[in-house]
Amino acid sequence: MNRVINNPDLVVEDMLKGILCAHPELVSAPGNPRVIKHRGAPLAGKVGIVTGGGSGHEPAFIGYVGENLVDAVAVGEIFSSPTAKSFFDAIKAADGGAGVACLYGNYAGDNMNVKMALKLADRAGIAVKTVVANDDVASAARGDEAKRRGVAGEILMWKAAGACAAQGGTLDQVIEVAQRTIAQTRSIGIGLTSCTIPAVGKANFHIADGQMEVGIGHHGEPGISVSAIVPATEMARIMVDAVLGDLPFKRGDRVAVLLSGLGATPLMEQYILYHSVAELLADAGIVVAVPLIGNFFTSLEMMGVTLSLLQLDDELETLIRHPCSSIGLNMPGAKA
Amino acid sequence: MSQTIELASAGQVVLDLIETINDNRAYLSEIDGAIGDGDHGINMSKGFSQCRERLLESPSLPGLGESLDTLGMTLLEGIGGSMGPLYGSFFIGLAETFAGHRQLDAALFGRALARAIDEVESVGSAKVGDKTLIDTLVPARDAYLAALSGGADFSAALSAMNAAAERGWQSTKDLQARVGRASRLGERSIGVLDAGATSCFLLLKTLATSLQKRL
Repeated sequence: MNRVINNPDLVVEDMLKGILCAHPELVSAPGNPRVIKHRGAPLAGKVGIVTGGGSGHEPAFIGYVGENLVDAVAVGEIFSSPTAKSFFDAIKAADGGAGVACLYGNYAGDNMNVKMALKLADRAGIAVKTVVANDDVASAARGDEAKRRGVAGEILMWKAAGACAAQGGTLDQVIEVAQRTIAQTRSIGIGLTSCTIPAVGKANFHIADGQMEVGIGHHGEPGISVSAIVPATEMARIMVDAVLGDLPFKRGDRVAVLLSGLGATPLMEQYILYHSVAELLADAGIVVAVPLIGNFFTSLEMMGVTLSLLQLDDELETLIRHPCSSIGLNMPGAKA
Repeated sequence: MSQTIELASAGQVVLDLIETINDNRAYLSEIDGAIGDGDHGINMSKGFSQCRERLLESPSLPGLGESLDTLGMTLLEGIGGSMGPLYGSFFIGLAETFAGHRQLDAALFGRALARAIDEVESVGSAKVGDKTLIDTLVPARDAYLAALSGGADFSAALSAMNAAAERGWQSTKDLQARVGRASRLGERSIGVLDAGATSCFLLLKTLATSLQKRL
């Protein structure tokens, strides 16, 4: 295991020190170093946006705390849900009196910790509503969407909801936007190598050399099939087919495309893949209104990619294009 | 043999639970590694050790109820994942049932166990057969309560609980995981013990033997 770390048990703590050092607009919440909030949060009268999840997915989740985006995040150990206390402290840190939207991914641990945090928030008199992202088409069959995991599509949910809240949306409006965004988003991943949690010291799972796993999860959860690696054009076809048919997307749709590397995939290869994705979408009569390519939601040093498509309507397109700034995502026009 | 335990002087039971988890840190991670992240022992040991520090900070060891409450709260605040809320709810459920009592007897323990498991079930979604710690907990509770209504004394009922916990834990080997991260493995999860069911058995076994020593 060749890694740029100090103590493998303290990688999350050490990362947070670096992030706070580099980004003065981010601060830790009083009394809880595992909650990071935007310096300006909470903003009186604005609906607070909260998320959280395990570490190892950087820039998610912390990298989406920013202007017109997420107000506060709960930070967990690598691939492990933050505590109920941290979710609650993040909710408190984001509460400007207009309620808090807690927008997170569908994982057993996150569901339980958010559930307990909601009890604490209720006792503290904070109005909180949740949306649980389930954009990963590979994690359960069509018709069984409630069982699907949340993956990179969560970023689009935070983006639209954050823009809605920044423009004065009420809690119900923000929740409706978040729900609609994730309901119209479909994602799929392909993994080519495993990844190693530093404190564990050995690979989290196994993919044989020359093989790829279609439908792999963000923590190496098994996908739909394992097969020999194919050229990028063919990977693009597999991924586009999987997402297009599921919603389904249709001719004439305008979409936001988010293509993310999983940590070890060179940006060069992400663009190689994107070109094929764009061609396939054009062939299907689908217009890419917003293309986002880069390491948006990773899994430590896993080699692989995820593809997320959001079917836009006029309101969602405006919200996705709304200016924002953060470590992970920037749309021009936002103040720093 | 006495049939009651003085709660105020039984805080050591919680230190015994902590010692069990710390002694099995590597074993629990190894079991988890087969179908999970391989960090179950590390996380559990981290939370239980934090509780140990908090308990030993006070001038004298708190009673059993208060120590269990400290354990539950420390797990809720200190470890995330699924185990923080599940075990946190379990130990707080025990502690809340003991509150206001000075003596622990067989009936009170039965009520505490039942309530603690209700709390776990309200946080998680698992049922018996899903390959989780519920497969250890539910048969253990049922066996304990059945032994009591069959006329067993406190110690004998604890032995029945322990035996059923062990069978429940072993049953997870042949089960296919239906909730939690291992459920993503489908049939590949069959043939390995569940890590949560394992730590749960170790905790119930220690709870039984540590209480029996005080009877």
